[in-house]
Amino acid sequence: MHIKKEAICGTLESNDLLVKVVPFGGLQVSISSEVMRQFGARIREVVDETLKQMNVSQGKIVIEDKGALDCAIRARVQAAVLRGCECEELDWSVL
Amino acid sequence: MKKLRRSMLFIPGSNAAMLSTAFVYRPDSIMFDLEDAVALREKDSARLLVFHALQLTAYRGIETVVRINPLDTPYGLKDLEAAVRGGAEIVRLPKTDCAEDIQKLEREVDRIERECGREHGSTRLMAAIESASGVVNAVAIAAASPRMDSIALAGFDYVVDMQTQRGDGSELFYARCAILHAARAAKIDAFDVVFSDVNDDEGFLKEANFAKNLGFNGKSLINPRQIELLHKAYAPTEQELRKAERIVNAAEEAEREGLGVVSLNGKMVDAPVVLNARRILALAKPAFAQA
Amino acid sequence: MNNNQRTLTLKDPCLDGLERFQNFATHMPYLKGPQKLTRKLVDSLEEAVRRSGLKDGQTISFHHAFREGDKTINYVVDVLARMGFKNLTLASSSLMNCNTPLIRHIKEGVISKIYTSGMRGALAREISNGLMEQPIHVHSHGGRVHLIQSGELELDVAFLGVSSCDAFGNANGVSGRSRCGSLGYAMVDAQFAHRVILLTDEIAPFPVTPASISQDQVDWIVKVDQVGDPAKISVGAARVTKNPRDLLIARLAADLIEHSGYFEQGFSLQTGSGGASTAATRFLEDRMRRKGITASFALGGITGGIVDLLKKGLIGKVVDTQSFDADAATSLAESPNHIEVSTNEYVNPDSKGAYCDRLDVVILSALEVDLDFNVNVITGSDGLMMGASGGHCDVAAAANLSIVVGPLIRGRIPTVVKQVTTLVTPGECVGVLVTDHGIAVNPNRPEVEARLRAAGLPVMTIHDLYERAVSLAGEPAPIEFLDKIVGIIHYRDGSVIDVVRQVKP
Repeated sequence: MHIKKEAICGTLESNDLLVKVVPFGGLQVSISSEVMRQFGARIREVVDETLKQMNVSQGKIVIEDKGALDCAIRARVQAAVLRGCECEELDWSVL
Repeated sequence: MKKLRRSMLFIPGSNAAMLSTAFVYRPDSIMFDLEDAVALREKDSARLLVFHALQLTAYRGIETVVRINPLDTPYGLKDLEAAVRGGAEIVRLPKTDCAEDIQKLEREVDRIERECGREHGSTRLMAAIESASGVVNAVAIAAASPRMDSIALAGFDYVVDMQTQRGDGSELFYARCAILHAARAAKIDAFDVVFSDVNDDEGFLKEANFAKNLGFNGKSLINPRQIELLHKAYAPTEQELRKAERIVNAAEEAEREGLGVVSLNGKMVDAPVVLNARRILALAKPAFAQA
Repeated sequence: MNNNQRTLTLKDPCLDGLERFQNFATHMPYLKGPQKLTRKLVDSLEEAVRRSGLKDGQTISFHHAFREGDKTINYVVDVLARMGFKNLTLASSSLMNCNTPLIRHIKEGVISKIYTSGMRGALAREISNGLMEQPIHVHSHGGRVHLIQSGELELDVAFLGVSSCDAFGNANGVSGRSRCGSLGYAMVDAQFAHRVILLTDEIAPFPVTPASISQDQVDWIVKVDQVGDPAKISVGAARVTKNPRDLLIARLAADLIEHSGYFEQGFSLQTGSGGASTAATRFLEDRMRRKGITASFALGGITGGIVDLLKKGLIGKVVDTQSFDADAATSLAESPNHIEVSTNEYVNPDSKGAYCDRLDVVILSALEVDLDFNVNVITGSDGLMMGASGGHCDVAAAANLSIVVGPLIRGRIPTVVKQVTTLVTPGECVGVLVTDHGIAVNPNRPEVEARLRAAGLPVMTIHDLYERAVSLAGEPAPIEFLDKIVGIIHYRDGSVIDVVRQVKP
């Protein structure tokens, strides 16, 4: 998947996260979280996994997390990437 | 014994916090809404939130329903993919006007179950009736598919279609009865409308009791606080409970002794009466819900 | 013979070494002077400090009944700093967000040691991150009195803010602009400190009654502009929460109490000030009416919700060591069945009689609870100090049934953990944990568990709750600490139960 335009998804409410994707040469993921110490590594893991499954190898992904569970992280990252790729059709096997 | 379906809690599919926590309220079912509660530009994201939330183990013990957008919108079909693939037990179709609407839905559900390897027939359907047409076609809708699980009346859109407004309940009377009869004739369940004033406990209870007496299996709720109230309304009284216990005991004794007829206090007790007594006992558990 | 000129000149061995009478005011010169009635009134805090003889390295004490509206602690330490004092030990019954200005005084060496029940905000963060050379001492409310009585904590000068005070030092917290209600904590300092200085914004006509602090305990009185900000001391009684999760937990807690075996005529209770606790009080009301029982007394930390039950005749007496809101403060002033007690009478383990020993049920909160039911109320999941020991371990030790309530997961942080970051209340004292996911009963209370299961309550093991939390939120990474100890946690008997180390930056 190719990120063609800047896109945002999510909110800054408790248990949610804001994901911004921007077209970029390489792959850069930056995460800030309310629970960085306790779950920073896990959030990173989930984001990387999600991007890999969607075949995203280029783009700047910025995450601002407010204590979201893994399921919300996956959903918001997927939605942001799809918006950024301007994809209409979903390939459910990668989600 | 049939599953209890008194309370169906609506959760906006776009609210990550609620999706992550709603199971604690232990309603009988949870409905993830992708339709009216979600803004147009959030439909894509909410769909994915619900798809992933459905797979949380915390939702295993609770019946899950997803309200998709109508199939003639750009969203409906994608919502359906998310709902079926995500593992929702029931798909709720809004604005069901005729049997054909259900049949169209059924064809898509068949296809998706096949494609994703989900057991054929495992996804059941709930028709939401929101118009005069829907009410008039309720009997056909209820019997439109072996997948039909239940019908629900959606009050707000319905009264608009009827060119009136919500009032003391008489504006819903025919619709409620029609839907109930259609449901019972097709041997499926029926759900009553949402009560939107969260602060009016008395009004809520009045409506809930009315629906219960008519025979509705349950009601749609928009706030967790209403769950306790509703379960209280559906709970049998002490008197009803004692009577039901006596009847069921008599039935079990008759069965143990191989008798074909159940009798209590010298009088014969019909099978439907025993069935009803069992239903009452099921409503009585768990005891702590009778706050 | 003229009595005024009579002088005892007898010489007799039995009178050797005994002082002879001279005149009525030999030892009480103030009785003769113009300052007889005003001798305790001092123009400035500086003057009072000078008279007290306070020296570097000594201990100053405060109370926290004004909560976030307190102005006394900051004001006094500011003045002491200006006067050049160094290396003082600050012993306050607790410290709050509003005490952030103390950071500067710590950095400048005015304060080098702290004894407190807890800290919040920036002050707590800085100290957790190694601001002080010596670790702070954290104690419970009862534990503080024990430390004072045992001599480990010696209060040289107590600076006590009071909302109403007369020229002799009779003082209370129920009248005056800055009224806060019960002066339970201050009463202890007034009793044990070597020197007692009262700060007040209103000198009232003599005699002030009731006298929570008595004139025979007070050395000097200083009038200041404001001992506390009325807007922040106590707001109106907290409305019962509308948060559905708090309501869920509260209802479960009330159901639990109802079926615990302790819900009988004349039972006694204590509830906290959090959302779930105040809601639980309301739910208990329904159950008390249904069963037709009343409570003999409520203890604590008193809120408007408890006062409401008193007014409705459902609680016999209210025993108040801190009034959390204006309703409680007003009730204390007006109701004969609402009494003020010192921390000593409330929870001191050494006291000849502590009210907490007579408690049936108590509802407590927690930051963390582990698989052995140990409770942490001091450090957050990030390892930083942020809360207070308070009366937690005191009442948990004494009550017939201690109930800890809280959401299983806060944000993404699980409340139930394998092992608490900091041990404050030992698990053997905790009877039940109530969360929004279910109830876990300590295996040492099998009779309670049996009753709850029979009543159909959602009982599960604490291991189940832990697994549930982990399956939802994931397992938090363990916090890494340095060797330096920044906090010493004292159990109520004075012994050290745990330490808090500095978090690795």
